[in-house]
Amino acid sequence: MEQLKTIGRELAMGSQGGFGQSKEFLELVKSIGEARSKAEEDRIVLHEIETLKRRISEPDIPKRKMKEFIIRLVYIEMLGHDASFGYIHAVKMTHDDTLLLKRTGYLAVTLFLNDDHDLIILIVNTIQKDLKSDNFLIVCAALNAVCRLINDETIPAVLPQVVDLLNHQKEAVRKKAIMALHRFYHKSPSSVSHLFSNFRKRLCDNDPGVMGATLCPLFDLITVDVNTYKDLVLSFVSILKQVAERRLPKGYDYHQMPAPFIQIRLLKILALLGSGDKLASEKMYTVVGDIFRKCDSTSNIGNAVLYECICCVSSIYPNPKLLEAAAEVISRFLKSDSHNLKYMGIDALGRLIKISPEIAEQHQLAVIDCLEDPDDTLKRKTFELLYKMTKSSNVEVIVDRMIDYMISINDNHYKTYIASRCVELAEQFAPSNHWFIQTMNKVFEHAGDLVNIKVAHNLMRLIAEGFGEDDDAADSQLRSSAVESYLRIIGEPKLPSVFLQVICWVFGEYGTADGKYSASYITGKLCDVAEAYSNDETVKAYAVTALMKIYAFEIASGRKVDMLPECQSLVEELSASHSTDLQQRAYELQAVVNLDAHAVEIIMPLDASCEDIEIDKNLSFLNSYVQQSLENGAQPYIPESERSGTLDISNFRSQDQHEASMHGLKFEAYELPKAPVTSRIPPASVAPSAELVPVPEPSYSRETHQVASVPSISDAGSTEPRLKLDGVRRVVWGKPTYSSPTSSTSNASQSTSNGVTQVDSAANVNSKARKTHDSRKPEAEITPEKQKLAASLFGGPSKTEKRPTSASHKVAKASSHAAEKSQAPKAAVVSNQATLEKINHQPPPDLLDLGEPTVTSSAPSVDPFKQLEGLLDTTQVTSTVNHGAVGATEAPDIMALYVGTPAGGQSSSAENSLPSNIYDVNLTSELSNLTSGTTNAGATLPTQFTKGPNPKDALEKDALVRQMGVTPSSQNPNLFSDLLG
Amino acid sequence: MIRSVMVMNTQGKPRLAKFYDFQTVEKQQELIRSVFGVLCSRAENVSNFLDAASIFGPDSSLVYKHYATLYFVLVFDSSENELAMLDLIQVFVETLDKCFKNVCELDIVFNYSKIHTILDEMIFGGQVLETSSTELVKAVEEISRLESASNSITLVPKSVSGWRNR
Repeated sequence: MEQLKTIGRELAMGSQGGFGQSKEFLELVKSIGEARSKAEEDRIVLHEIETLKRRISEPDIPKRKMKEFIIRLVYIEMLGHDASFGYIHAVKMTHDDTLLLKRTGYLAVTLFLNDDHDLIILIVNTIQKDLKSDNFLIVCAALNAVCRLINDETIPAVLPQVVDLLNHQKEAVRKKAIMALHRFYHKSPSSVSHLFSNFRKRLCDNDPGVMGATLCPLFDLITVDVNTYKDLVLSFVSILKQVAERRLPKGYDYHQMPAPFIQIRLLKILALLGSGDKLASEKMYTVVGDIFRKCDSTSNIGNAVLYECICCVSSIYPNPKLLEAAAEVISRFLKSDSHNLKYMGIDALGRLIKISPEIAEQHQLAVIDCLEDPDDTLKRKTFELLYKMTKSSNVEVIVDRMIDYMISINDNHYKTYIASRCVELAEQFAPSNHWFIQTMNKVFEHAGDLVNIKVAHNLMRLIAEGFGEDDDAADSQLRSSAVESYLRIIGEPKLPSVFLQVICWVFGEYGTADGKYSASYITGKLCDVAEAYSNDETVKAYAVTALMKIYAFEIASGRKVDMLPECQSLVEELSASHSTDLQQRAYELQAVVNLDAHAVEIIMPLDASCEDIEIDKNLSFLNSYVQQSLENGAQPYIPESERSGTLDISNFRSQDQHEASMHGLKFEAYELPKAPVTSRIPPASVAPSAELVPVPEPSYSRETHQVASVPSISDAGSTEPRLKLDGVRRVVWGKPTYSSPTSSTSNASQSTSNGVTQVDSAANVNSKARKTHDSRKPEAEITPEKQKLAASLFGGPSKTEKRPTSASHKVAKASSHAAEKSQAPKAAVVSNQATLEKINHQPPPDLLDLGEPTVTSSAPSVDPFKQLEGLLDTTQVTSTVNHGAVGATEAPDIMALYVGTPAGGQSSSAENSLPSNIYDVNLTSELSNLTSGTTNAGATLPTQFTKGPNPKDALEKDALVRQMGVTPSSQNPNLFSDLLG
Repeated sequence: MIRSVMVMNTQGKPRLAKFYDFQTVEKQQELIRSVFGVLCSRAENVSNFLDAASIFGPDSSLVYKHYATLYFVLVFDSSENELAMLDLIQVFVETLDKCFKNVCELDIVFNYSKIHTILDEMIFGGQVLETSSTELVKAVEEISRLESASNSITLVPKSVSGWRNR
């Protein structure tokens, strides 16, 4: 309403001629503004269209009126109505000589037409002429149209004129000419490939604006091919330096920042040029550092430049000082009240984290705040960050969070995206198969129709294969837990099809395996599924096959089978189904149920989904039967090759190449995907007949038949050819060195030399401990939940840089192992909490407290230290340490390990508070066989640990960089001299 | 590169729509509608950024700013800086303000072609061309001056055109 009032007021003003528009136009706008509904608005617009159609084609319309008509057309089209009847008038208007009309015409055609519209051909000529005009405004208008209307076919027609304009005396024209060439490059890179040198030339233009415009195409060119432009690094650096030092005219300042958009562009270019190039990067350090210092962080645009600096720093070869500056800016962003800055901070953190992962820990609480922020944009960005920093220790928390969020949103696009992220993380980092199954269940349940079918197959394979070890008890426990969880879920309404398929398959294979549930219970559930989802044939097929398996297992174990009445009716219904696949499955079920126990056992062996199937293509076991039939006067089988042209279709299953080639047609599409058996003898029996008529010994032909007939559906009973074929590539659970969590819990002490396994199992205990901790005592902190979350997200160990936080868990883990079940959670809790507190506050006493769990649990004291040593050293220390020495230097050693925490966590304070002799102890103890380089790096600069140079080197390099950076560029001496001189 | 500039009011009515890649009229409407759908569900005091991948396809972000009855929206790809784009909106609005003295929604409706002129001076073919509002105003004023100069001779007096239309 308020808006309408404004309209009224403005209209009063407008009718006095304030806008230079006619009354009609004002009335049109007014009536559209007052329209109460979309329908009313449409009616008004349609009426307007009628009026325009009539009037626009009248002869002798005054030009000014015509201009208004065209504007009205544009307006109508913006409201979503077709104005194509007026396009030709807009085109005509571009031919007009007066500037006003010409510009209006160009405006209209650029809004109306696509570059492949038929009318374009009428404009190209005009554009050509206008590009040569003396009036620079006409040239600009034409260039504007060029950007939009010229496609790769018409580029040659205007290219020469545009290139000429690169030397136009007006800088506005030069700018636009460069942009137009840039646009040509977008549309057809080859058309302007001979002109790239022009961009370099224009970089030295007298006008900074033109130089700035040149950066746009150069950025694109450098994105495609970095190496050709390496020689420009010094030029870019010197330009950036001059811009940052305010050597451009004042007119380029924006909110007291010198030409921020040019700075941003240059930083982006430098980021590309310096990526993975140490030499080039070194030239940039000084100028980027200067910008960090000078940038005004109170204005929005200043922060934009700072953010771009961070992007640049994280892309080029790392420099510790710059990283420090970047981290500082990030923490300022994250602490800011502005959501925009938090967003940028999270994004920047995600970039920097690749180089210095420890930086995340400083900001854990801020990150969690962002994660819980009501702002969706910020939340999603934070998930992006979490995705980047997921490791096996925190995967559970992160994926749980993601799933919670996934459930809460309706946006299918993002739901799909985050579901695939969950699956990816779960497949990569799952701490246990059990957890994996639970997680997958949740993903399927809430986003089942959005995830790839392959994920379902992986899940089935995982349940079937179990841990892939000879731990049958664990496997069957896993399966019964899966069955149980599915029985719980199956009651929910509207489950996704893919998920139901998995459920049916698991019920069929393992529903009755542990004897907990009776066959009739499971089959009842399966019938319910088939009934509830009667529109979904795939689900029904899975359900029927599962039924068949369950009955087969029952028969094989010698129990009597009574089919439930609903099951019987289901089978009857399906045997009359329109789907041949369902029909066949129903008949198979009926056939199997009537067989004796021995036969069934052969057809449907229990839990055989992982067994390899050997297919005897000779069907030699039928020989006696064939012989007998022949003796009884049956017709001998004539191979297809000897039959003439008839029954080609029966050939489709044959793999025999020469046989197929003898016929005119080759039915490649019907061949089996991959035959597990290589024998290539044509089938001796008539396979197709086995489909419907049961033969005395049907077991084998049936199985082969099943393989052949349902290759597209991966189900198939226990024989499951699909799984076996896919099984070549197993699910990868992170690194292959991981052993399953249960086994590592039990044999942790044996595998101490394997650092990776250790970290992992420690992580498991960590998470377990957290759970017990949750239930037992809430922390006295102000935000205990957040801290807990923080600890679980950030406190966990990572594989690459063994941080002492992991050591504490490990110690706790080992001790808990010794104390077995009663003590385990408690010890873990203590150490976990202690670590947690330390991360947040770092009071020195805590460092000592941390030693406690190990000291008290003295029995296995050998183990933890052996493990600790595995942490510190990745290559050298293996068994050189003798345990006596460990006992002697016990306490200091632990402390030495914890020294790393402050270095990794909050940079300096705690480190300083520690007595310096810890380092001495550290170095003189048995750990001295570590190279001093790694010790240094590990203690002070975890980044450098992996990257190579130690701090001393880095400082030297920095000095060198400064030296080099200060010297003026010799590459392009007159670059800015003429510009600013 | 900038993909689109949109101005719409708080009721979802488009006031200005410019797409730097061609979109059909129907597609334009659909895009405007979906953008408005997302914008009007945003709370206040949240960030000005949106992930626009579900509307504009992969690699696209959206920045918007709410002024009185209008949303100003910029859609762009990853080669642009979000905060800088936010300032670009600021530049646009500042320029409008200077051109129209306390700009309001009505100015934008009635001066459709002038708004486009300003926008074309600021963003050219999807790239940022000029970010100084003083320079922009100067350029636009020069264009207006030259336009009216070239036009004055052929201009048919308003009273005459009004008479003709009767």
